[in-house]
Amino acid sequence: MNTADVHQRRQMDYVASQAADARLNLEIETEGMTLNIGPQHPATHGTLRLVARLDGEQVVEAEPIMGYMHRGYEKLTEVRTYPQVTTLINRIDWLGSFANEVPFILAAEKLMEIEAPPRAMWIRTVLFELSRIANISLFLGDMAVQLGALTPVFMAFRDREFVLNQIEAVTGGRFHPNFDRIGGIKDDLPKGWINDTKAVMGRIRDFCDEFEELVLGNEIFQARCRGIGIIPPAMGLSYGLSGANIRASGVDWDLRRDGNEALAYNQVDWKVWTHPDGDSFARYWVRLQETREATYIVEQLLDGLPAGPIMAKVPRIIKVPAGEAYSSTENPLGEMSYYIVSQGDLVPFRVKIRSASFSNMSITPWLLKGVFVPDIVTILASLYFILGDIDR
Amino acid sequence: MTPAFLQSLTGAVLALEVPYWVSSAIKLGLVALVIPTAALMLGYVFLLKMMSFMQSRLGPMEAGPYGSLQLLADGVKFLQKEDIFPEKADRTVFALAPLVVLISTFLIYVVIPAGPDAVVAQLDVGIFYALAVSSLSVVGILMAGWASANKYALMGGLRAAGQLIAYELPLVLAVMGVVIQAGTLDLQKIVTAQAHGEIFGWGGIGNPFILTQFVGFFIFLVAVQAELTQPPFDMPVAESEIVGGYQVEYTGFRFLFFFMGEFGTAFAFAALAAVMFLGGWALPWGDLTHWGFNIAGPVILLIKTLAVATLIFWFRFTYPRLREDQLQRLAWKFLIPLSLVNIVVTGIFKVAL
Repeated sequence: MNTADVHQRRQMDYVASQAADARLNLEIETEGMTLNIGPQHPATHGTLRLVARLDGEQVVEAEPIMGYMHRGYEKLTEVRTYPQVTTLINRIDWLGSFANEVPFILAAEKLMEIEAPPRAMWIRTVLFELSRIANISLFLGDMAVQLGALTPVFMAFRDREFVLNQIEAVTGGRFHPNFDRIGGIKDDLPKGWINDTKAVMGRIRDFCDEFEELVLGNEIFQARCRGIGIIPPAMGLSYGLSGANIRASGVDWDLRRDGNEALAYNQVDWKVWTHPDGDSFARYWVRLQETREATYIVEQLLDGLPAGPIMAKVPRIIKVPAGEAYSSTENPLGEMSYYIVSQGDLVPFRVKIRSASFSNMSITPWLLKGVFVPDIVTILASLYFILGDIDR
Repeated sequence: MTPAFLQSLTGAVLALEVPYWVSSAIKLGLVALVIPTAALMLGYVFLLKMMSFMQSRLGPMEAGPYGSLQLLADGVKFLQKEDIFPEKADRTVFALAPLVVLISTFLIYVVIPAGPDAVVAQLDVGIFYALAVSSLSVVGILMAGWASANKYALMGGLRAAGQLIAYELPLVLAVMGVVIQAGTLDLQKIVTAQAHGEIFGWGGIGNPFILTQFVGFFIFLVAVQAELTQPPFDMPVAESEIVGGYQVEYTGFRFLFFFMGEFGTAFAFAALAAVMFLGGWALPWGDLTHWGFNIAGPVILLIKTLAVATLIFWFRFTYPRLREDQLQRLAWKFLIPLSLVNIVVTGIFKVAL
């Protein structure tokens, strides 16, 4: 679908929603209904609240209300030392926890002018991609369950387990590794881990092939997703979308390739997947391809893993010199950034967390105008947010 | 027990002169027993075991042999729950709705034949009656949706009403082919017509109508799936959109009634399909008036019913959910024209041969 078609459809939706709005104002017509979706609702996987004004089953306007899960992480970091902060920020995007730690550590390393040794950087990248697989494979199942197919989500849980086992084997934690340190990582890889992980990557590729047939190939899935929730590239960029959501709109932008962080992505051969359609189907498709691509990245990184230390020389008590640093990486959900302001204390003076889901959700009032109630679920699921990542 | 003894026993039971109301009470009691049994059986075999197997889960194993008592445990759990009426609910209608759904299920069982004499009521318009009473459940669902005083329930109820009415038509039209071929609306005679039938002059296995009416069978299965509000047509209860639809405010035993109604109706429709398309209780060989079919018939029917139910539940566990407009489009633009064509073709063959 090209851009002209997208605009035409948006215009038609707009007209339809305006017409619905006008009907609401006619006295002979029935009144519209305000439907309160959430904060306890299965489609919001967490505590998102969506106030939708409906005309029959059509949404006249919808407004997401966030903050039911606000845990105040930005403020809490101001009373934690730098090593303690990673424990907290693990919980932001709880499905791909390790990926949350990396940008923070990178920013702190920038301030301290420490560079982690190459081996640590490579292992960081490997774990980063593993947490991406652990995160997105669950999305692949969850989207199907939101559309009413129960079986794929259990398959996703089954195969995700192998990735979690590999993460646990290195870090000791399945969900919240808390493994990244300023100047390197906590431990080296255990014996035999590399071969095990390669076997798991093969398994994940089988999982991706299976889902390509089982979910993407399903006619009903396509009928529910194609042309639903179309985001034109310009609109997506203006709302600050990132990650697979913007790549599904045809914008070739990936911080792993385009960012300037010192992770090992430029050492391997891989591809950024984009899809021109910008609809829910495209978002699912892009995420599926990315999961498969991540397995190739992990395998290549494991093949070329450099030897050497895993920890740079770091003072025992970490005091970060005064200054400001900003670091952002391509997390499973999109761009995640930390802006650290330090005044030379044991604790940061201020930490600003830019989480991907918050920006990704901000497009919903525009996107949900004029759609039907079942499509709310499709669109919310395909935008893929995690409540911890929205509210922090 | 010797066959002679069994014969005399069944003969005695059948020849027993009892007042009309006593025999009616016995038969109704039997049907009332069959519904929870059928619902539990389907729930156990398909919901707990087949679904778990397909989804690489373990399924219940602890309660009883192979977890077979798990559903009883669940039933006891439902009994213990608090019976909640929403504050603004219409209490009478709210309480009646699950009963209406269950009664509609109950009434279908009355006409399903399980043997030459093992049928509660042999009606001349059996199939017509079964399809008519099956659509009573929509009244119960609308009552539940409206009386709950809940927006999700209301949307679910209205979706259910639209869906059930739309799929009533292909359901009836799919059966028309069978009726034309058998030349009767009587379910018992449909069974005998299949056992004695011939396919283009060859009568080796009789004429189970699934062979000649495969289009009708397909349409019937799809429409049944929609009537049961199971995936891919489960918008009325879509738990990820409208959190259970009309069931959202029901707790405890009233919820269990809906559950039993759903699975009981699944069994009833599977049995109807077995009767109309797979030959029912009869086998194509042997004397259909033989007394032994009163004992073997229910077993044969059960096996065929489970075969159909396997198909129904297989669809249920594999497909995502359609959207409301897509469902209506499927019914009006595809299934109904297809079933009309099926009727015409069947009529041509009936007249030509």
